[in-house]
Amino acid sequence: MSGSSTHKPRPDIWRTLASVVTVLVFLFLLVPIAAVLPLSFSSGSFLSYPMPGLSLRWYEELLTNYKWLLALKNSAVVGVGAAALSTVLGLSAAIAMNGLGPRARAIVNGFLIAPMVMPVIIMAVGLYLFLSDLGLAGTITGMILAHTVIGTPYVVISATAALQNFDMQLIRAAKSLGASPWMAYRRVMLPAIRPAIVAGSLFAFVASFDEVVIVLFLAGPGQVTLPVRLFEGIRDELTPVVIAAAAVMISISVGLMTVIEILRRKSVARRGMA
Amino acid sequence: MASISIPVDDRRSGLAGLLRLRGPLMRHGLLLPCLLFMVFVFVWPILSLLAKGVYSPEVRDTLPRTAAAVLAWDGSSDPPDALYDALVADLRVADRRDVANAGRRLNYEIPSYRSLLIKTASALQKDSAQPPRQQLVAIDAKWQDRTFWTAMRRAAPAITPYYILKALDLEQKDSGGIGRVAPQEATFVDVLGRSLWISAVVTAICLVLAFPVAFRISAASPRWRGLLLLLVLLPFWTPLLVRTSAWVVLLQDNGIVNSLLLWSGIVDQPVHLIFNRIGVYIAFVHVMLPFMILPFYSVMVGISKDYTRAAYSLGASGPRTFYRVYLPLVWPGIWSGCLLSYVIVVGYYITPLLVGGSQDQMLSYFIAFYTKQTVNWGLASALAILLTTCVLVLVGLYGLLGRKSQIVVKA
Repeated sequence: MSGSSTHKPRPDIWRTLASVVTVLVFLFLLVPIAAVLPLSFSSGSFLSYPMPGLSLRWYEELLTNYKWLLALKNSAVVGVGAAALSTVLGLSAAIAMNGLGPRARAIVNGFLIAPMVMPVIIMAVGLYLFLSDLGLAGTITGMILAHTVIGTPYVVISATAALQNFDMQLIRAAKSLGASPWMAYRRVMLPAIRPAIVAGSLFAFVASFDEVVIVLFLAGPGQVTLPVRLFEGIRDELTPVVIAAAAVMISISVGLMTVIEILRRKSVARRGMA
Repeated sequence: MASISIPVDDRRSGLAGLLRLRGPLMRHGLLLPCLLFMVFVFVWPILSLLAKGVYSPEVRDTLPRTAAAVLAWDGSSDPPDALYDALVADLRVADRRDVANAGRRLNYEIPSYRSLLIKTASALQKDSAQPPRQQLVAIDAKWQDRTFWTAMRRAAPAITPYYILKALDLEQKDSGGIGRVAPQEATFVDVLGRSLWISAVVTAICLVLAFPVAFRISAASPRWRGLLLLLVLLPFWTPLLVRTSAWVVLLQDNGIVNSLLLWSGIVDQPVHLIFNRIGVYIAFVHVMLPFMILPFYSVMVGISKDYTRAAYSLGASGPRTFYRVYLPLVWPGIWSGCLLSYVIVVGYYITPLLVGGSQDQMLSYFIAFYTKQTVNWGLASALAILLTTCVLVLVGLYGLLGRKSQIVVKA
């Protein structure tokens, strides 16, 4: 780590201090999660160390309890629905934006990613009002629509970035070789930006999978998702089952994000080739 | 060649012309579904929510004659007979539920107004021989009291400043001016201040911690960089509720940290680390650190070491190089990272709700409270307007800064 730098930069105290802070920050970021998750394998029902023994009883309870299974199913259905809808809307918008002038593109882009900075509570209350009027509050459909709003910006960002590096000459070349516009888009453009599209829709899924505020407002007892069950667990009673559910959630989220990261690197590598 | 290929060229240019025309049409057509969706499911719900903060037509719609009469009255003389006539005429035909709604709006002006209105509406049905003024006063002597009519006067217009004023701990006085509400009722300026303060503290702590971390990662060799970045991304990818539950398990009175402290004999009473401001700061900093480290890192990694090396070789000291060369280069990125983090924290709902106490709740909590608990849409919306304004100002600053930093980069 130190051998690579040939010059003598700022005094070593600062470098050391930065390293110390870095180590402490990493401990702060990682230890809480690492310390708590093993408790889901405890054979006892108290959330503290030392554990009386190891067992999978809490995972067994998680996978046999109707409420948790329903929450898992709801999370999956809403997440997949919202991701699919976000992908269709976001991708078509990104392709369209690619043909706009820089100013128009900036305006449209700013508008489409606005949900990322809007406080979720305002979206939640507004959507609660709006979907109640439509009779969609307390329905899975309503939740999919709501989560599509937060998922679409991720698809737009991901697809726009990939399209900016896509050489539109290729489309022109395909057309000049006799391909219809649809054919050119489907066979030339889509394969080139596919990793970015997949990454964007996975992002939209994770955003929905992680979202709790909107669901708290929109869901009836039958539409509760995993984060909301976790929310109720934290508020009412924290048991090892809740921690087991947290462990399952973390595996799904981190797994998907790893895939996204791999796809992102792939997409960057592709750009490098072009 | 030209003479042979004329028909082909014609066909081609015709097709090309069609494509040129269809191209933009198709592209804009592709933009349409997404834009329409966002307008209907994002913009429209938020605007109709925010509108409720200023638009409150319950009294005007339920008691139209009374509203007109009370606005025609000067508000300071004795209430004229026309007011009583109008109110009796309105209440005779008004729907029960509408009366209750109008009563709720009037109740914000004077508590007990709702029950007065409902009682009056149901008592009126029985007799109708007396003149309206006597009828109303016979039902309740409060109808003689001018303050009830001035309250009606404030609630009569469909566009009302009431909720916005209330969200700023202000009210319209009987005299017509605007003044502070009674000290025991004042809550929201405190809540706004608290939201801004908590966001500032969290952003400041994150800045101090994220700067050296981002610097250390950017200065590491490429192989270490990947690993260190992964260590930042892992907590970033961990669902919020999972992280919150971890903090509760760790910090609660019989949690892991307190067990350790008690066991080691450092304390003999559990320390309250959560469900108070300390818990809010800890959980917030944990959430926001990756949000700061990642943008800081991406700015720092793009800055060539040649700049600082040049400064050293020209004889600048370490601190001088840092302040005069390095900091100005990373400054735009630092600023925008801080603003972004501030915007995210100021609108947060879940974290203070789960790890804070009653004195640590921010604007979002009260928006949810007035929506779900007391169903006071007007006040919830006025608070939402307040929060949206904060966010818009910050995003505006962010945009300005973005433009400025672009100029710096160009220069």
